[in-house]
Amino acid sequence: MSDAVSALKGARASGMVDLADAGPTGMITLRGDHGLLGDSLSSVLGLSAPERRRVVTGEAGEVLWMSPDELLVVLPYDTAPDVAAALETALGDAFATVAVVSDARSVMHLSGAQTRDVLAKLMPVDFAGFELGELRRSRVAQVAAAVWRRSENDWALICFRSVGGYVFEALATVGKPGGEVGLYR
Amino acid sequence: MSHRLGTGGRLINRTRPLDFTFNGKTMRGYAGDTLASGLLGAGQVLVGRSFKYHRPRGIVASGAEEPNALVGLGEGQRFEPNQRVTTTELFSGLKAVSQNHWPSLEFDVGAINAKLWRFLPAGFYYKTFISPRPLWKHVYEPIIRKSAGLGKAPDAETRDIDRYEQLYAFCDVLIAGGGVAGIRAALDAAQAGKRVVLTEQTASFGGRAVVDGDDIDGQSADAWVDSQLAALKGMENVTVLPRTMVAGVHDHGYALAYERVADHQPGADKPRHRLWRIRAGQIVAATGAIERPLSFAGNDMPGVMLAAAIRDYAVNFGVAVGKTVAIVTNNDDAYRTALILNDLGVNIAAVIDARVEATGDLPAKARAAGIRVIEDAAVRYVEGGKSVTGVQLCRFNSDGGAVFETLACDALGMSGGWSPVVHLWSHCGGKLNWDEAGAFFRPDPNRPPLGHDGKGFVSCVGAANGELGNEDEAPMLPVWLMPAQASYELRAKAWLDPQNDVKVSDVQLAAREGYASVEHTKRYTTLGMATDQGKLSNINGLAILSDALGQPIPQTGTTTFRPPYTPISLGAITGEARGEIFQPLRKTPMHDWHEAKGAHWEPVGHWRRPYCYPKAGESHAEAVSREINQTRNAVGLLDATTLGKILVKGPDAGRFMDMLYTNMMSTLKVGKCRYGLMCNENGFLSDDGVVARLSEDSWLCHTTSGGADRIHAWMEDWLQCEWWDWKVHVVNLTEQFAQIAVVGPKARQVLEKLGGDIDLSADSFPFMDWKEGQLGGTAARIFRISFSGELSYEVAVPASQGLAFWEKLLAAGEEFGISAYGTEALHVMRAEKGFIMIGDETDGTVIPQDLGLNWAISKKKDDFLGKRGMEREAMVSPDRWKLVGLETLDGSVLADGALAPLPGKNANGQSETQGRVTSTYHSPTLGKGIAMGLVHNGPARMGEVIEFQAASGGTVSARIVDPCFYDKAGEKQNV
Amino acid sequence: MLLLTCPCCGVTAEETEFSNGGEAHLKRFGPGSTDAEYEAYMFARKNPRGVHFERWRHAYGCGKWFLMARDTMTLEVYGTYKAQTTEPPADIVDKIKARRPEWEGYK
Repeated sequence: MSDAVSALKGARASGMVDLADAGPTGMITLRGDHGLLGDSLSSVLGLSAPERRRVVTGEAGEVLWMSPDELLVVLPYDTAPDVAAALETALGDAFATVAVVSDARSVMHLSGAQTRDVLAKLMPVDFAGFELGELRRSRVAQVAAAVWRRSENDWALICFRSVGGYVFEALATVGKPGGEVGLYR
Repeated sequence: MSHRLGTGGRLINRTRPLDFTFNGKTMRGYAGDTLASGLLGAGQVLVGRSFKYHRPRGIVASGAEEPNALVGLGEGQRFEPNQRVTTTELFSGLKAVSQNHWPSLEFDVGAINAKLWRFLPAGFYYKTFISPRPLWKHVYEPIIRKSAGLGKAPDAETRDIDRYEQLYAFCDVLIAGGGVAGIRAALDAAQAGKRVVLTEQTASFGGRAVVDGDDIDGQSADAWVDSQLAALKGMENVTVLPRTMVAGVHDHGYALAYERVADHQPGADKPRHRLWRIRAGQIVAATGAIERPLSFAGNDMPGVMLAAAIRDYAVNFGVAVGKTVAIVTNNDDAYRTALILNDLGVNIAAVIDARVEATGDLPAKARAAGIRVIEDAAVRYVEGGKSVTGVQLCRFNSDGGAVFETLACDALGMSGGWSPVVHLWSHCGGKLNWDEAGAFFRPDPNRPPLGHDGKGFVSCVGAANGELGNEDEAPMLPVWLMPAQASYELRAKAWLDPQNDVKVSDVQLAAREGYASVEHTKRYTTLGMATDQGKLSNINGLAILSDALGQPIPQTGTTTFRPPYTPISLGAITGEARGEIFQPLRKTPMHDWHEAKGAHWEPVGHWRRPYCYPKAGESHAEAVSREINQTRNAVGLLDATTLGKILVKGPDAGRFMDMLYTNMMSTLKVGKCRYGLMCNENGFLSDDGVVARLSEDSWLCHTTSGGADRIHAWMEDWLQCEWWDWKVHVVNLTEQFAQIAVVGPKARQVLEKLGGDIDLSADSFPFMDWKEGQLGGTAARIFRISFSGELSYEVAVPASQGLAFWEKLLAAGEEFGISAYGTEALHVMRAEKGFIMIGDETDGTVIPQDLGLNWAISKKKDDFLGKRGMEREAMVSPDRWKLVGLETLDGSVLADGALAPLPGKNANGQSETQGRVTSTYHSPTLGKGIAMGLVHNGPARMGEVIEFQAASGGTVSARIVDPCFYDKAGEKQNV
Repeated sequence: MLLLTCPCCGVTAEETEFSNGGEAHLKRFGPGSTDAEYEAYMFARKNPRGVHFERWRHAYGCGKWFLMARDTMTLEVYGTYKAQTTEPPADIVDKIKARRPEWEGYK
């Protein structure tokens, strides 16, 4: 999809952390029993269903735990339609729903040792003991968002596409140099 | 006169002088000073005028409890009124101006009010300005507003250029107060492995102990505090926050703490304030105690200060508040001030003790140091004006008629005992007990504020818990009025609340006038309602009230303690939410295109939608007319991305759809679209939109732009909470797609020109069908639906390709005269067709039947949401107002919302009406005003002419007509 | 500001992540019901000083509805449980009775 553009159009900002638009990203919503969904993920992508509030990562992409009956598969943008079709096939007649939602959200990457401090300025979340591969859905300032920890200092954030600009600006604003707090050390 | 001593000052650095100005006059202080110590050190005792009487006022306290010394700070974009000098750290170049006087601090015309005090008693405003009522708004209020108030508001044209932020933090134990008790509590919790946040409202830790020179664990207080603080800072589980005031304690362990990050470094590239939103398992209030003033005549004169504040200035800042200082007290603690000043070489006129005998260790030490102690004595009156020149003494137990001595002095320290700072304990409902011995309220450990687990979550330690550390001292004598039987003349000069100018006589008057409740007395007299929230005045005031009511103090009780403890900035409350990120702004993929084309925006929820696209020199009305004509005659484009798009899928999806919608959706054929209505359980219309059946087990529901999230949540509610055994999933796909309406007689030609694999011919793609495929190289789903009455296609493409596809349409449509149109053109065109709009024709009390939508209500279904509600008597009444079209006889446009009046009054005494306008526009297509409205029994009254209110007064005649004004047969859309 | 624990995703979070949905354990009355039944379903709401069962949705989190027993006077939370529950779970009822012996029961 050569003409696919993300809402943030490659925006970047640097301050307490490096903040970057992840660009067009493939996403597939799966609704249904997690055991059932896990089986199809395993057969199609070699991934499994994550534990509660966790992310499973593999070569094909990531699987995010969204709710007791919802997962979100994150994968390269161009592969989403075919993977969705394959998952649909693998699920067969089972009660499950597959929907491509690659364009419905903005994906951002945050990196740097102060990422938790920046997030804590906008999210009512306790990041102490937040593990690698852990995910939290909450709000960023006034809108819904989810964050997950991909490595010690690398985090990913998703929010709805229409408010991507708002979330990016809010993070960039509170992440400006001079706002260091040293809350999470 | 106050002055800087040659030595001393544990907080100041004499090698770093700082210049600042007060009312334009340059003064010198030192690094480590507060503005208060800087002013006093420079000899400035007079710092402001009082609120009501404009009496000269000086600094009373040394901390957050200061009632008098408020100044305007900074200038231009950094100007801020009502800043406490006692909590303002001095910095080089600080500019302060005093408040509440004209033309100058030294000579103030408003001080005439002080001469009129007999005419300005408690409740003066209530009594005087109550009638006649109309004068209040136009005469009294503007005058009072001009003369009242403290500092002046910042210039309306300036904007605060500093930045502010908030921070969510979590801990096991939050400790408010960095004195010895707070530090001990922090150490205990930290060593037990708890996550600890320790806050101190000032820049330095140690509280009273470091001033009073106590020994702690065999070390000096200073050394102990330094070492323990260093230990705490070294612990990973501890966050130590100076300059941070816990402003409020809220439910379930939530606390707000206000960090003044950069007030002392203006212009630094830092947030100025940070509001900590802390969730704590336990909150420990180590907030100390506040010394009480004594109520005697003239106690508001500059130079009359709290005794402990006087030693704070001496010890912390090397500042003496006078050359000759007298101290008046009812307890032993005040003798410390006399001793410390005496040690520093300041002359002590005497310690005036209300007690019959002063026999404790501290009085003994004072006597041993050669300090004169006068027992059984009271200050009758303070002599002086803008500063103290002396005090008249009388016997404490007297009416003050007999002065036995006049002491010469230029400053007077007073101590009426100490009150624990119980605010944080009380914010969330912690109860208090009266402590007879100390004459103060202290926390009742058996009645703490309760948390989510039903257990107490606030505790008080140290002085905040009533442990004043004065067990070895002689008992204090409660003194609420000095002398004890002071005459009216004296009581009328004895201030309780110096900021709001409330005196002992005012509270007594309130009691005489029948104010028995402390809450009412507070509001009537304004006692404790100033910016200091009565930190010094409350206990004294309610003691006076109790005495006047002839009841014990605990029976009178306290007023309610409310957050914040001291005022916090609006910037901190706002945090990052200002300017561009004040609110989330939702943008469609085409948002920037609209902006570049000069769209005039209409807010729709958090979205901005183009209202119209005015060209240079074009009015909005002209632009709307042009857009309508272009669409009706050629082809127009509308960004319809904001419409809700919700997927409903599963084996029970059809059954669910039939419950959600008033019409039958389960029978809709795959590939077909149907307009549907959703009602709430009252039967009132809640949302509408076109439903497309995507497959055997899936439907796509379009909702209104404002309804997408609400309807998605509504669906989830029913599935999760009522029909949880139904196999249905809903997925909100609103943001996945950009949706573009291509509308007008040439719409098909535009799409055909784009090319693709979809047969667009009228035969194979009729009205109310949908198809998907490639269109102009983009994966698209096309719905052949119309909200304008024209040939129309709504095309959904992935949002990431929305703008590219929009531009493809514009390019393909160029030869057909394509142009974008906005929401106003959309509204006019739908009104020309008589299509309803949720929010215009509906207001939460309208059922579909009112709008002539009976055809969309299934009679075959046993049940759907709202069906039972519609069966109620009032809903089937023949007297309901129903939808009709309205055409003015003169072609003018009816006023929006205009009522159709009738003669007579209804049961509530209101004028009778028979209808109202719900949508009204100028129709460029028809060249006249058109409207829809709800009219009593309207559809049966076709052709009748009724009157509507005109915007300019009078009425306008309008004929009741069919709501469809344009192409009734639908020939234009079915081509 | 309340602290709530969502039984669906296990998160304990502040009130701003949630939205309140009014009284829990209501029985829906649709077509065929009497006026009294319909009125009870739509309009008659408990407003106790004390134990209250209420609906909450983890709106900014997992999106799930759940139910909660809370004391409207002390704000004590006796427990949260899944929305797919027709009456308060026994352990929560026991907990309430232990704390408030005078409580008359949820109906």
